Amino acid sequence: MTGTVQSIERAAAILRVLAGGPGRLGLAEIARSLDLAKGTTHGILRTLQHVGFVEQERTSGQYQLGAALLHLGSSYLDINELRSRSINWADPLAARSGEAVRIGTVLEGSVLVVHHVFRPDDTFQTLDIGTLLPLHATALGKVLLAYRAGGVGLPEHLESFTRRTVATPAELPAMLDKVREAGWAEEVEELTPGEAAIAAPIRGYGGLVVGAIGISGLVERVCDSHYQPRAKLIGYVREAARAVSRDLGAARL
Amino acid sequence: MTERYVVAIDQGTTSTRCIVFDRRGQLVSLAQQEHKQHFPKPGWVEHDAMEIWRNLRRLAPRVLSRAGIGLDQVAAVGIANQRETTVIWDAKTGVPIGRAIVWQDTRTDEMVHALSERPGAAEVEEICGLPLATYFSGPRLRWMLDHTPGLAERAERGEVLFGTMETWLIWNLTGGLHVTDVTNASRTMLLDVRTLDWSPAALAFFGIPRAMLPEVQPSIGVFGHAESGFPGVRIGAALGDQQAALFGQTCFTPGEAKCTYGTGSFLLLNTGPEPVRSSHGLLSTIAYQIAGEPAAYALEGSIAITGSLVQWFRDQLEVIASAPEIETLARTVADNGGCYIVPAFSGLYAPHWRSEARGVIVGLTSYITKGHLARAVLEATAWQTREVVDAMNADSGLTLKTLKVDGGMTADNLLMQTIADVLDVPVVRPLAAETVSLGAAYAAGLAVGYWPDLEDLSRNWHRAGQWIPAMDPELREAEYGNWRRAVTRTFDWIQPA
Repeated sequence: MTGTVQSIERAAAILRVLAGGPGRLGLAEIARSLDLAKGTTHGILRTLQHVGFVEQERTSGQYQLGAALLHLGSSYLDINELRSRSINWADPLAARSGEAVRIGTVLEGSVLVVHHVFRPDDTFQTLDIGTLLPLHATALGKVLLAYRAGGVGLPEHLESFTRRTVATPAELPAMLDKVREAGWAEEVEELTPGEAAIAAPIRGYGGLVVGAIGISGLVERVCDSHYQPRAKLIGYVREAARAVSRDLGAARL
Repeated sequence: MTERYVVAIDQGTTSTRCIVFDRRGQLVSLAQQEHKQHFPKPGWVEHDAMEIWRNLRRLAPRVLSRAGIGLDQVAAVGIANQRETTVIWDAKTGVPIGRAIVWQDTRTDEMVHALSERPGAAEVEEICGLPLATYFSGPRLRWMLDHTPGLAERAERGEVLFGTMETWLIWNLTGGLHVTDVTNASRTMLLDVRTLDWSPAALAFFGIPRAMLPEVQPSIGVFGHAESGFPGVRIGAALGDQQAALFGQTCFTPGEAKCTYGTGSFLLLNTGPEPVRSSHGLLSTIAYQIAGEPAAYALEGSIAITGSLVQWFRDQLEVIASAPEIETLARTVADNGGCYIVPAFSGLYAPHWRSEARGVIVGLTSYITKGHLARAVLEATAWQTREVVDAMNADSGLTLKTLKVDGGMTADNLLMQTIADVLDVPVVRPLAAETVSLGAAYAAGLAVGYWPDLEDLSRNWHRAGQWIPAMDPELREAEYGNWRRAVTRTFDWIQPA
């Protein structure tokens, strides 16, 4: 076994002290109870505060356990739970937009389709739940990348599907900045010629992005004559994403 | 003109929900509140009717504010309710006499057994279209009258009133209107399913005073105006929850069937304007009645425990933290490992009707993991569906071509695929999973002219998902054989005292 990291041991001890204490504790008390120098203790507390495991009360300057620590175990969202909770909002989105709806999360560097609602025109369609889609070439994937859902990193090799697919990793950061700024992502003939899509983030407890919901369909229906996604459809997608997020957030409190 | 909406009240077994629907049948807003389940003894299940009414009063303003609409924008309210749950209350004070006895409750088992040997039992079964069983509210009502001192006399004098949940809610909403609808009444064993009124013979058989019973009305037609909850709004419809789901799935034509997967599961087949008597353990029930028109009938296969088996897995065994995780756990293994769970928690319903049966887990070996158990939990729902579909095909002489599904469990993709596999027919989910509420909304909207006719409602139905069978036929037959053997292991467990 390799050696242990002293500062992490000390950080764990501080968390234990805070968890075992009656409420908030001051810097001096924490340092004293662990027989540590105040300066060392302060450095560790600031780091813990930075990652959200510890919070400092503004007026007294005392410390307590942070919300991020309390919800450490609950930030993971089961994909079947995500489907179950979003089904009531995915259906109206399909009805309003007239397009197929998919919900995706990240799995091993791809978009995993966890829910699929048919385009409501009663034509023959096949459920593609469980299918993997490329992150960089889909609206769902761009949303997941933009918000680093599931801690996903930027892909290094970009497969080209059409001449509109983002070709080089260097283009990604600016594109994802745009997604974060807008709060939604588009895909116009980047995966399949003639098809376009719009997606928006689904947020779980504490605002963490746990998935993406979007619509996809023929480019002439999803986009206007300038190849811009229609504002009305963007509104529907974002509204559905917010509704699912509200449900997920409320359930985690 | 301001847009108008219809509100559905879904008073279910575990919660009460209010949902606002728009003209296209799409969900606009939802508010939900669970109520407490009381289990005072094994086999007993009770609800506090007052808690349920309080919940509804709280939900009403909440669902409207979430939709951003006012009462003047509500065209009508429709009610769908858990069926057969029985409540008695004081006609003056409105205070319930004890707790409501829930449809899953089996305390009337011995009484029902004794009643079935009395003369007239066969005649009553013929009149009401139902087999004598603990499931229905008539025997429950008799039990309550027997076990509360002085209650039978007060019932004779009309001082206490009987109702199923829709009756209780309408009485409270309207400030004293004592009515029921034909679908709920058809689950009491007290209704003549042909005349659509209380049967004097059945009332005499169970010893139920007429004075305590609500007036029977068509399901679809204005019952009255609400005074509280949704003051001023018309109550346009009331239906049992399963009949509401049949309506919400727009199964208006004879031969159309749906299965709702919830706490229990219920497969209903529209059989048209005449009741069909089952010789395979199905119930003959009323599907709906539009005011001024003849009733539409249905064959029903009721399965007591489906979603509640998943809840048991979550709450009693604590193997999973949330119901949807059952699918995640089940997918950790490729098959059931030879393990079968038959959840005869309160006996078996259709097609067996064995109240003395109790649940079993069979095929346990040291190989079995919680993943296999999770598979067995989901497969139990699929095989129970298969048994009911077989009975329905035999009774109706038709072969089911596709199964329309709805309810919370349709979010379970593995379960839906398994059902398609074991039935060997496509399973189809409509674009609105909330068909119970939607049916209540459709019915209420139809009653007040918000929607013009049934054809208009049918146009709102769209396919949202479809699962195609993909199981090897030999494997299917072998597994079905195993399941049937497992079922026989549940029989004769509870022995007469």
